Amino acid sequence: MRNGFLLAVIAVMALVSYLPRVVPLALFRRKIQNRFLQSFLLYMPYGILAAMVFPDILYSTASLISALCGTAVAILLAWRKLGLLPVALGAAGTVFVAERMLVWLGLL
Amino acid sequence: MTVQRLTFAKGAKHGLPILLGYLSVSFAFGMLAVENGMPLWAPVLISLSNFTGTGQFVGANLWAQGAALTEIGFTILIINLRYLLMSLSLSQRLSDKVTMWQRLLIAFGDTDEIFGVSMQQRAPLTFGYMMGLILVSYAGWVGGTVAGVFASAALPASVSSALGIAIFAMFIAIVVPPAKEVRPVTMVVLAAVGLSCLFRWVPGLNRLSGGWVIIICGVAAAAVGALRYPACSMTEGDGDA
Repeated sequence: MRNGFLLAVIAVMALVSYLPRVVPLALFRRKIQNRFLQSFLLYMPYGILAAMVFPDILYSTASLISALCGTAVAILLAWRKLGLLPVALGAAGTVFVAERMLVWLGLL
Repeated sequence: MTVQRLTFAKGAKHGLPILLGYLSVSFAFGMLAVENGMPLWAPVLISLSNFTGTGQFVGANLWAQGAALTEIGFTILIINLRYLLMSLSLSQRLSDKVTMWQRLLIAFGDTDEIFGVSMQQRAPLTFGYMMGLILVSYAGWVGGTVAGVFASAALPASVSSALGIAIFAMFIAIVVPPAKEVRPVTMVVLAAVGLSCLFRWVPGLNRLSGGWVIIICGVAAAAVGALRYPACSMTEGDGDA
């Protein structure tokens, strides 16, 4: 049941990943001239990603304090343009250390 | 500069740096998807059939949150609308000899990075060149996912609990570099964050389901940005297939 739903999710994901790529290549040969539409499509992924991260990231760990520490480290590392993997591991490592300290202090 | 014919071998060679970049990103995807509760086969099937960075992470995250099929489909469709533009540009640069079914194959591999590399070529893009570029990159994407899946299976529970934040940190790694340098993106990102927090914390607004909130915030923020800065060209997009 759960696997059936997951398969449906994957099929839909594949469809909506392929459609925007194939439709212009297969059908249209003209370029989008509308500048509003061009920049709108350009900015959209960043808006979506930002809305996904905040505020959900603050509830993604065992404690708000460790989440704040991890978020700060992620922003700092991303600011320095480290890749996706270093940023993810840096944030997770920070949360791990922060939560061990919170346990030791009796706060978690 | 002499314009050389673009062969399969040349495409494969140009694909090597993309392969290396994809290994780490898809490794993280495989790992995080399993940490989010997916069975081991699922992330591999997703990488095989989707071949897109941001959309896969977002899809895995929404699935883990229990989002409905329509929410997941619609959110990823919106994220992927940018491909319309890239495929449009790509279609103008393809050699006249590229047939329709070849176009259908090329479309599957039109990722941000492959688009970026192919747009740097002067000669008309041949089917062979595009296949070299796409197949090498695809190998890195799928191979990295498989490695990530197996790496996650070896993790102890205490470590995997800290990984809850990792998927969000990856999104931060995608968003922050362009937001730091391209002013319109800064504005779009801040607007989206502000709206998203409103929808979470303001009573009444917070009854809306998560997937739709993300769509509303992303579309509204991008529309505001496009109204204020309608003529921005940016080349950022690293790490995002």
